[in-house]
Amino acid sequence: MKLSVKSLIGLRDLSRQEIEFILDQSESFKEINYRPIKKVPTLRGKTIINLFIEPSTRTRTSFEIAGKRLSADVINFSASQSSLTKGETLSDTVRNLEAMKPDLIIVRSQAAGIPELFARTVSTPVINAGDGFHEHPTQGLLDLFTVRERRKKISGLKIAIVGDIRHSRVARSNIYGFSKLGAQVTVVGPPTMIPPGIEELGCKVSYHLDPVIPDSDVIMMLRIQLERGSGNFLPSLREYSKFYGLNLKRLEQAKKEVLIMHPGPVNRGVEISPEVADGNYSVILDQVENGVAVRMALLYLFCGGAEEVSA
Amino acid sequence: MQKRKRIMDAETIRRALVRIAHEILERNKGIEGLVLIGIRRGGENVATRLARILKEIEGKSVPCGFMDITMYRDDLYHMSHQPEVHKTSVNFALEKKAVVLVDDVLFTGRTVRAAMDSVIDLGRPKSIQLAVLIDRGHREFPIRPDFVGRNIPTSRTDLIEAVVDPKGKEDRVELIETEETKGKE
Repeated sequence: MKLSVKSLIGLRDLSRQEIEFILDQSESFKEINYRPIKKVPTLRGKTIINLFIEPSTRTRTSFEIAGKRLSADVINFSASQSSLTKGETLSDTVRNLEAMKPDLIIVRSQAAGIPELFARTVSTPVINAGDGFHEHPTQGLLDLFTVRERRKKISGLKIAIVGDIRHSRVARSNIYGFSKLGAQVTVVGPPTMIPPGIEELGCKVSYHLDPVIPDSDVIMMLRIQLERGSGNFLPSLREYSKFYGLNLKRLEQAKKEVLIMHPGPVNRGVEISPEVADGNYSVILDQVENGVAVRMALLYLFCGGAEEVSA
Repeated sequence: MQKRKRIMDAETIRRALVRIAHEILERNKGIEGLVLIGIRRGGENVATRLARILKEIEGKSVPCGFMDITMYRDDLYHMSHQPEVHKTSVNFALEKKAVVLVDDVLFTGRTVRAAMDSVIDLGRPKSIQLAVLIDRGHREFPIRPDFVGRNIPTSRTDLIEAVVDPKGKEDRVELIETEETKGKE
């Protein structure tokens, strides 16, 4: 199967078949991570640039490990060390990077639309590693992979995404992804954190957590992102935690086979209590583990053959 | 216009596999330390069948895994898009084992080269041997099979269609010559 897009900007652009194909491919790559020698020669001679304008540890490391396990050369850039601090525009930065002939550019940015801008500016394929409040497609794919691995299918499942939906690119990618694969997504949060019109993406909205818990097959807790100004939308973290935090008492109402997810980093005691985050239903570390396999599959698929690059 | 010629039927394939099984046992002095790895996807069913025959002969089962060699191909950069990767499932250690790679058709030897690299990444076996149902010639690498079902002289552009199913009922090997292939050689 050939993907219809040259760059991965968001799950909005992928069809159900393409998403399922990527998940199938990720299964084939996962096995490499259990080998004594965790390296295959597949992307030998390919150069991948990790351009992280916004800081990140988990996603950057995950991409870097994925690239190295496929034998690609991975170069990391962060904004603080780059010429962006000297006043260079983003378009110039990416054109300069392109001139060094990388095969793939991974980009993370605070502002929505930067990966899209890059994909339009240069011919090198671009993978969005999270842009502003827009999308985080690789996180969405690894969440889909984790749920599919545990529950064997996604169609018909009920997914609750709880927290600061307004500022969450993870929520948007997951709404697209889970809806395309036939699950019903409900976003849950205080009214100030649910953007008006979010239903148009195909999800339901609830301002209360308790009535949503008993029906949900998956409960995905989002972090309160104080660095994005989440605090301005809440009276206090304690109040938020009281009404929207997932604790053992609330979990009693959940289905026996419920999966608890969190894209990290976890604020223990705010959106999720430590007992739940570390409990039997939690697949938070599976998400991190699967992230490497999913990103290996994506690097493989988007570092296309030589003819495609020149075409 | 295509010309199809049946080269092996279910019975001749069965006999060939039984003979190969005996040759494997003879060469390795029994089943101890032996593992089979079928190369996806053509070698998958051949390996499964061989494993079953070995068990019938020796009364003990031999570990049998499957390997996809896409990630080790030498022509990934010459393709217009990335080929689909299938799963590798080798759920046993290869350390100090005699690994018998199993495929349906041996042609250029490039697949076997990739498979050997892949085996070595999974562990350090004592030896690697190669069993194929059909050897059709035209090697591009210095690779030869240890166990062969049948040698079939072919033109480089002929196609070989080998069907081996787990039960052995639909088994057949056919040589397909096309007009186009005839003109070339």
